[in-house]
Amino acid sequence: MEKLLNELSHQGQTGYSVPETDVPEKDLTELIPEKYQRKSELNLPELSEPVLRRHFTRLSQLNYAQSTNFYPLGSCTMKYNPPINEKISSLPGLKNLHPYQPQGTVQGLLEIMHTLEKNLCEICGMDSFTLQPAAGAHGEFTGLLIIRAYFNSRNEKRHKIIVPDSAHGTNPASAALAGFEILPVKSEQNGILSLQKIKELLTQDVAALMLTVPNTLGVFEKDILEIADAAHKNGTLLYYDGANLNALMGITRPGDLGFDLMHINLHKTFSTPHGGGGPGSGPIGVKKPLEPFLPVPGIEKNNKNEFRFNYEKPQTIGKVRSFYGNVPVILKAAAYVESLGREGLKKTSEQAVINANYLLSILKEKLPAPAGNRCFHEFVLSGKPLVENNVRTLDVAKRLLDYGFYAPTIYFPLIVEEALMIEPTETETKAALDDFVKILFKIIEEAQNDPGLLKNAPQNTPVSRLNEVEAARKPILHW
Amino acid sequence: MSNIPKDLRYTKTHEWAKKENGKIRVGITDHAQHEITDVVHVELPQVGKSVEKGASACVIESVKSAFDIYSPVSGKIAQVNDTVTNSPELVNSSPYEQGYLFVIEPSKPEEFEQLLSGEDYEQTVKNQ
Repeated sequence: MEKLLNELSHQGQTGYSVPETDVPEKDLTELIPEKYQRKSELNLPELSEPVLRRHFTRLSQLNYAQSTNFYPLGSCTMKYNPPINEKISSLPGLKNLHPYQPQGTVQGLLEIMHTLEKNLCEICGMDSFTLQPAAGAHGEFTGLLIIRAYFNSRNEKRHKIIVPDSAHGTNPASAALAGFEILPVKSEQNGILSLQKIKELLTQDVAALMLTVPNTLGVFEKDILEIADAAHKNGTLLYYDGANLNALMGITRPGDLGFDLMHINLHKTFSTPHGGGGPGSGPIGVKKPLEPFLPVPGIEKNNKNEFRFNYEKPQTIGKVRSFYGNVPVILKAAAYVESLGREGLKKTSEQAVINANYLLSILKEKLPAPAGNRCFHEFVLSGKPLVENNVRTLDVAKRLLDYGFYAPTIYFPLIVEEALMIEPTETETKAALDDFVKILFKIIEEAQNDPGLLKNAPQNTPVSRLNEVEAARKPILHW
Repeated sequence: MSNIPKDLRYTKTHEWAKKENGKIRVGITDHAQHEITDVVHVELPQVGKSVEKGASACVIESVKSAFDIYSPVSGKIAQVNDTVTNSPELVNSSPYEQGYLFVIEPSKPEEFEQLLSGEDYEQTVKNQ
């Protein structure tokens, strides 16, 4: 492990020089009353510049990222983030803007944002988008507030939201936070929904049905048109969770499948970095009837081709984010969309689906694939056969770290025992996928012949297995 | 094979129930604690709260995920096992004794008789 700066410190090894002051010196007590002055030592580390620099370089080398290795984290769409996106979002004319600048001086930025909104409408088959929400779950919450406002405006009392058991946990959490009651629905064998079961649940108090398509097992909801029809006949709205949009770009559109509103994770599908705290971006798209309820400000273009923020929306749910959303993330996504274009985005989804199917077709020889032999952009395997050697999926994941791979998502979705959820994304080559297969097969062999290797993994990482249980049971918190 | 005491009654959702002086003591089975792995937090229901058979009564969180615990019978929560709040590991180490969750004052005592026997529950686990 890398030592802390205070541990590297040597008295007298300072690496700074402060220029001479060009204002008259004053006594400290004149500036800060004595009672507020610090009495104890500051205890700052003393380090030479090279020692300091090497420390931070070593730390940066411990990073695991898309730009260092394969990142098959299912449901997170950890795709390669082209540096051109960073470059564009860092252009001085964009990077140095201040949120309080007059609108007349940020016309370029507003145009980029307005164009991205229109492009997202086209990609998703929606009528209007807002880029305000700061992340996926924030988008969901915003969407649910819109649903609530919509039914309030119609004097309809609907307080229930249907959520399948294969959904991301954020779906029921967002719905509950927005004041709805959750109506869970059990999915069938391969995670898809039974039209019959949905119909039985559709009572007059159901506000919306939240769906992820393809679902978290990587399977397309085959009865989606009938489900949408049944929901709409009941006056119920259909919400699309955009977590898996990477499978569908240019192939089909949530709006065409019957969805009334949706969120996108720009940090997943549209190639902006995420993980380790984001920041993310979770735009919300809606069909016409829901437009009046979108958060403010909306970006509008007037007949003089000027862009402006519109705060005058009488039915809006209000403001959901300070200023205009996570602007640098929005810019990176805009750069991604513009550089790939219509055909490029379609190819992206096709390649993501091909890569996932390639991996699935080989890996299913060794581990069961409960949702079948075909998938969209991701798939779920079960580590159940390894349990007889006393090896759990967690151990397989830890062992992967020893071989320099980031571990796939494990134990999600909950409907698959010992789940291992893999999403290779479109940007990996066949050689990279083959390497992953080779290592995973080797680990399965180890599980059978020498399970201790997995139980004690990882050994090649800066720290070995952390005691997650103790950390969760007796956390030592500092703030 | 996990431990399934024959003198208890069970649900398909892996809770056990035990009749004691007209009240029903509830916990999760040995099989369940093994499946959800190390329990790190238990959110107990409030004493006096009404619960319905088959509806979520409390939440157990493990390193894996959070799990709803369904009430085997309808009634009112008469007592909760506060010990597991500070020592959630008891749900793993002693699921049928010290790691029980709560006691229900049943409103429909006949529901207890509809629960699975030890043999039936063993079959349910085998078939999964």
